[in-house]
Amino acid sequence: MRQPLIEVRGLHFHYEDGTPALNGVDFQLFPGETVALLGANGSGKTTFVLHLNGLLTGEGSVTVCGMRVDKDTLPKVRQKIGLVFQDSDNQLFMPTVIEDVAFGPLNMGLSRDQAVARARAALEQVGMSAAVNKAPYHLSAGEKKRVAIAGILAMDPEILILDEPTTFLDPPGQRALAELLDRLPQAKILVTHDVEFAMTLANRAVFFANGKLAGEGTVTDIVQRFGWNQAHWRSQSCTSER
Amino acid sequence: MHHVVLEQWSRRESVLHRRDPRAKIVALLVFLIAVATTRHGFLPAGAAYLTMLLAVILWARLPLWNALGRAAVVLPFTLVFAIITVIAGDVERAGLLLGKSYLSALAVLVLVSTTPLPRLLRGLELLGVPRFLLMVAQFLYRYLFVISEEAQHMRVAAASRRTAKAARAARFRAAAGALAVLFARSYARAEAIHRAMVARGFQGRFRLLSMLRFQWADGLFLLAAAAAPAAVRFAAEVRL
Amino acid sequence: MSCWAIRGQTEYFRATAARKYLVSPRIAARGDSETLSPGTVPLDLPSSRPHFSHLPLCRQPVARSFQSCYREVFVHIPDGFLSTPVWATMDVAAVPAVGVLVRRAQRGFDESKVPLLGVMGAFVFAAQMINFPVGIGTSGHLVGAALLAITLGPAPATVVMTAILAIQALVFQDGGILALGANITNMAVAGTLAGYLPFHFWGAGKWRKASIFLGGLLSVLVSAVLALAQLFVSGVTMPASVLGISLALFVVSAALEGAITLAVVQSLEAINPGFVRKPESRGSFALGTLASAAVLLAAIGVLFASTQPDGIEKLAQTTGISAHAKALFTTPLTDYQAGFFSAPWLRRASAGLAGLGLIYGACVLFGRVVSRKRGA
Repeated sequence: MRQPLIEVRGLHFHYEDGTPALNGVDFQLFPGETVALLGANGSGKTTFVLHLNGLLTGEGSVTVCGMRVDKDTLPKVRQKIGLVFQDSDNQLFMPTVIEDVAFGPLNMGLSRDQAVARARAALEQVGMSAAVNKAPYHLSAGEKKRVAIAGILAMDPEILILDEPTTFLDPPGQRALAELLDRLPQAKILVTHDVEFAMTLANRAVFFANGKLAGEGTVTDIVQRFGWNQAHWRSQSCTSER
Repeated sequence: MHHVVLEQWSRRESVLHRRDPRAKIVALLVFLIAVATTRHGFLPAGAAYLTMLLAVILWARLPLWNALGRAAVVLPFTLVFAIITVIAGDVERAGLLLGKSYLSALAVLVLVSTTPLPRLLRGLELLGVPRFLLMVAQFLYRYLFVISEEAQHMRVAAASRRTAKAARAARFRAAAGALAVLFARSYARAEAIHRAMVARGFQGRFRLLSMLRFQWADGLFLLAAAAAPAAVRFAAEVRL
Repeated sequence: MSCWAIRGQTEYFRATAARKYLVSPRIAARGDSETLSPGTVPLDLPSSRPHFSHLPLCRQPVARSFQSCYREVFVHIPDGFLSTPVWATMDVAAVPAVGVLVRRAQRGFDESKVPLLGVMGAFVFAAQMINFPVGIGTSGHLVGAALLAITLGPAPATVVMTAILAIQALVFQDGGILALGANITNMAVAGTLAGYLPFHFWGAGKWRKASIFLGGLLSVLVSAVLALAQLFVSGVTMPASVLGISLALFVVSAALEGAITLAVVQSLEAINPGFVRKPESRGSFALGTLASAAVLLAAIGVLFASTQPDGIEKLAQTTGISAHAKALFTTPLTDYQAGFFSAPWLRRASAGLAGLGLIYGACVLFGRVVSRKRGA
């Protein structure tokens, strides 16, 4: 029996004003897996994901790589889990690409030279070596996303979590991203509305509703069970040919 | 766009671009002080200062007329005061206003056109400016154009919804509402940035990459760049 | 085009527009991924660089400056205007003030607030693009010192304003480097703190709205008066009529800032009451009036003292500076005094009045033309 990389048991979370966000979530992530988190806006997907690296703290247990997520283990947990946010502009906050990608390694305590080496290697991995001294503002959305991923890879994580990664990307960008993610060996969690994207990469999907997991299975299973697709209204309401 | 052009210029290659920012900052200060304190014989002294700047611009391989034009941004404002001064009877002072403000603006332009802003801020930090303040300036510059574009989109949207008949008071309140939304979005963005920082191990203090090494060439440059305006200043004083 | 394609396009544009522009403030304020686009790619709008990119390069800096000259409420003093004793003193005065305020804003060695202050500084810059209609041919924009102080607190607001001034001086050459000490003292320190003062004393009671308005007003008025004072002491000549007009313009701009600040704070509270700080509850009316009046009087006092050359000269003599100073720097104050009281003054005054009116008119006209072209 494989040891799960992430184990969540009975996670509850309330917002400051008392509204419940998570109502008892149980979840597991195994090595090499890619899991898609599907669900409506406000169903708790992003809130859930923020608990995994301790950005939010709720009731229940969250265990990452055998460590219980609490105040003392946060630095190690955050090295193991790489979180890629939806808006890359919020993630690339340093003035140049190399400084941004080296941010994580420097915080881990590496020396300047080691951090730069790691950063260059990560940029090589995502195919952005040419942008080393560029300012993030001048990059396209797809390039920013790749640099953001490089910033995470430079920390050598075991798990990648991507929050709505295809927002802001055009179809070629989405394809390039899918190819990149396919090449990466880490276990992945994709929070996404893009069903096609999920189908390309994920071998498992979970469906969030009202702060709980309402279902689990392959992406196709979930789509069929919950009617979670975009094609549905199109074929029904439009009578002329495509 | 002004800042984009300056950014491109600052990433070029030249001997001046490679100099330590600290040397360039101190040289600039010496130049500015020399210009500011020149009272007598401003015409020959001003010509000498201008020649120095022209030489530096050419040495740094910056486009000459473009740079001269950009520094002229300070002139309209100065012109207003100069006209008032001329009308009040002091033509000499008006000339001084125009000349000094232009030379100073051009000198600052040269500094910023040969030093990428993050390096410039690091140089300032090593010269004693509080780091917290410089980091705020760095983040400000990073998100300046992101937020400006958001504001621009909101303006376009508001304009496309506005009818000509809308009362001024209503438009005023709409503008205030738009600003409030922009404020809220900026605040939310700042929280998201902080979350992204913390997610990558930030524990309260920035650890930065850039290291500056002051070399012999920087020392020589500083000596030369400080001596020239000082000499002109002294000459202007002595001649009188 | 096929039915789906057209439908899809319309839905797509409508959905994106709804999300990006017409979204309710409450949703905008939350800004988390759950409320943003469910998978649709937002419209890649033409990278709308603000300001004058549509003008040929030669006219851009001119256009920018004309806009600034008729809209600029905060006076960014360039280099070359202030006399050496003035800019040197202001630089020396600004250093400890900024140091103290930075330390207060930072609270120890924690740099966690840096992104917030930086982004809010960017907000203030961007806020200049939102036009507030005022009257015939003019519109104003938010300056922001009072708003920052009321939302972030006085010390952080000061740090943000200082950073703004530094970026303006360096990147946009808006304001001088040697004059930075004066500009920081006027706008970031005095202006911001004066903007916070009324709110600090009266923000908790029934005078809340008035205190916010007054804060906005004072922030602009105090910094403008201080700047004028520094220019006078430096010998920049200005006939009395021009001075009167300038002060009148400053008062109008200050009132506008008060109105804008109040309107924005009210809208902010509707979005999230937590944005606005809770002022301390010792709302002493008398103390508040006294403090605000003291600030204003001090500023005006400096202005009038600076127009009395005797006072400055006497001070310089008693401290022995003037003997040394005369060797290196000369103050043209004596020239100013002669000009102020002699007969041709009247002629010059009316010429100055006409000149100023002409320039102001030209600015308004040019600014309106430019802003219309920008597709506002």
